[in-house]
Amino acid sequence: MTPSQIEAAKARVPLAFQDPPAVRARKIGLRVFMTGLFVYCFWAFEITPQRIVTGLDRLGTVIGFMFPPHIWTSWEEFSEVLNGLGETLAIAFLGTVLGAVFAFPLSFLGAKNINRFTFWRQTSRRGYDVIRAFETLILALIFIRAFGLGPLAGILAITVSEIGTFAKLFSEAIENTSERPVDGVKASGGSRLQQIRYGIMPQVNPVILSILIYNFESNVRSGTILGIVGAGGIGFLLSDRIAAYKWGEAWSIIFLIIAMVYLIDWISGKIRAQLIGKSELAK
Amino acid sequence: MAVTTDPSFVPTGNTTISAFEAEFAEKRQKARRAWAIGSVLFLLCFLLTSWMGDFFKVTQVTMPDGSREWRWIIPAGIPRLGEYISKTIPVLRWDSLGADFTEWFWRWKVYFKLLAETILIAYMATVLGVVGGFLLSFPASRNLAPNKWVLWITRRYLEIARTVPELVWAIIFVFCFSVGPMAGVMAIGLHATGALGKLYSEVNENIDMRPLEGVKAAGGTWFDQIRYGAVPQVMPNIISYTLLRFEINVRASSIIGYVGAGGLGQEFRTAMSFQEYTELSALFVIIFVTVMIIDYGSEKLRHKIIGMEGMRT
Repeated sequence: MTPSQIEAAKARVPLAFQDPPAVRARKIGLRVFMTGLFVYCFWAFEITPQRIVTGLDRLGTVIGFMFPPHIWTSWEEFSEVLNGLGETLAIAFLGTVLGAVFAFPLSFLGAKNINRFTFWRQTSRRGYDVIRAFETLILALIFIRAFGLGPLAGILAITVSEIGTFAKLFSEAIENTSERPVDGVKASGGSRLQQIRYGIMPQVNPVILSILIYNFESNVRSGTILGIVGAGGIGFLLSDRIAAYKWGEAWSIIFLIIAMVYLIDWISGKIRAQLIGKSELAK
Repeated sequence: MAVTTDPSFVPTGNTTISAFEAEFAEKRQKARRAWAIGSVLFLLCFLLTSWMGDFFKVTQVTMPDGSREWRWIIPAGIPRLGEYISKTIPVLRWDSLGADFTEWFWRWKVYFKLLAETILIAYMATVLGVVGGFLLSFPASRNLAPNKWVLWITRRYLEIARTVPELVWAIIFVFCFSVGPMAGVMAIGLHATGALGKLYSEVNENIDMRPLEGVKAAGGTWFDQIRYGAVPQVMPNIISYTLLRFEINVRASSIIGYVGAGGLGQEFRTAMSFQEYTELSALFVIIFVTVMIIDYGSEKLRHKIIGMEGMRT
């Protein structure tokens, strides 16, 4: 291709080579604004090269404690850590189960094919959004006041925040079902309750199980931080070790958390594959 | 059909039906057994976890007549919860609404400064996460990685970055970079790098490889292939994921101050330990409204981007 050919092509289809001026101005403006805001952040947060260097130096020291990894020699110390991990799993499990128990009846209110009153449906959907907007950690702080320090506050915090999530996801699952099985049950004289039980539930159950397992995984992750505010689980031990500058132990706990999350992800991946495989056979 | 006229039809029919019945009964029994085993396992898990999680703990409560009684902790705690929440509700009278509001939000100057800080932390962390995640997503995708070792190392790095929660990174960085928003930016940024790097690499793995081959055929290096072959394909998805991440980061940065990493969380901690109940609800309202507005805005923006993408294809 010669330069003259390129010139000719540019003259013929200018928009293929360049955006119109208005679009270009908008793009440049957006870039300038974003860069400006980023630079302003450096100034506002007092991020200076000196602070970065000293910080990285200390970070290097902290990371240095990773090797060799700390290994608990006495059973008492190690069982404390294992107990913390178990508590985290218990919080995630019970929080997920209780959240689902409360969310399941609520989810019918938000499904278009069950609740035909648009106003009530929209109201309950906004309600789910409101529940979802509560931070788990803040909920945990509130529940600690009522139920005392310990895993129960964590369980209830996860329960409440999961009610909103589950109700939304379940109601979407109910909406995405086929009407035909419902019509079949209706044609053979089934009541509305029977239509839901035998027409809709068989379609929804695998989806609900899959959602439950997936959210259990994510709750295991969020369950690890609840202990930092005192709501039980491994987070308490971790923040305690960091506060005591026992970095070696802290890193080992972090690695155990990562290992636990891997294990849970792997197991739940297997279970999910099994359940989804089964439900496809059933269809 | 010859079979229908055959007198031996009835017995064969019966054997077919009985074979079906037997098979059905067997399947049914199998399903019931699986269901029973599942239920027992679930019940065991429930009992074990409720024992570990103190779910059925009993606690002492003071009765109206002053005596102490043992009660299950959940019904015992609910009145305390109600009491606590009712304390946080401010006094708002209709005839002196303005004055009551100023009393409720009397620290509004501090709050708004901290709110701006919270959003800026989320913004800066998102930028760091996008840059880090974007750069690392290419060596972390199976189809684009230059070699196996680079793939393995980047993937492990991203996994560690996103498995450790923001709050834990924040505690570590507060120790290293001292108290303040800088630690929060680095903590959320690192976590966002891990999360975004994974999402981006999944997008990268689903691209069409032909444009890259074209660039390679024209003599492009690995970087040229990525820049001109892969990036234009993944851009719309990346923008959508980034906006979603910004929402998550705003939520994270509103609580990260709890461990001293800047933002509204530190005010939350102060109000909580000073028992300033109405301040707690004021902070709660601020965080709630901010999160709702940002969620709504980014949802609109995302839909617009997805819509534009739909028109182009």
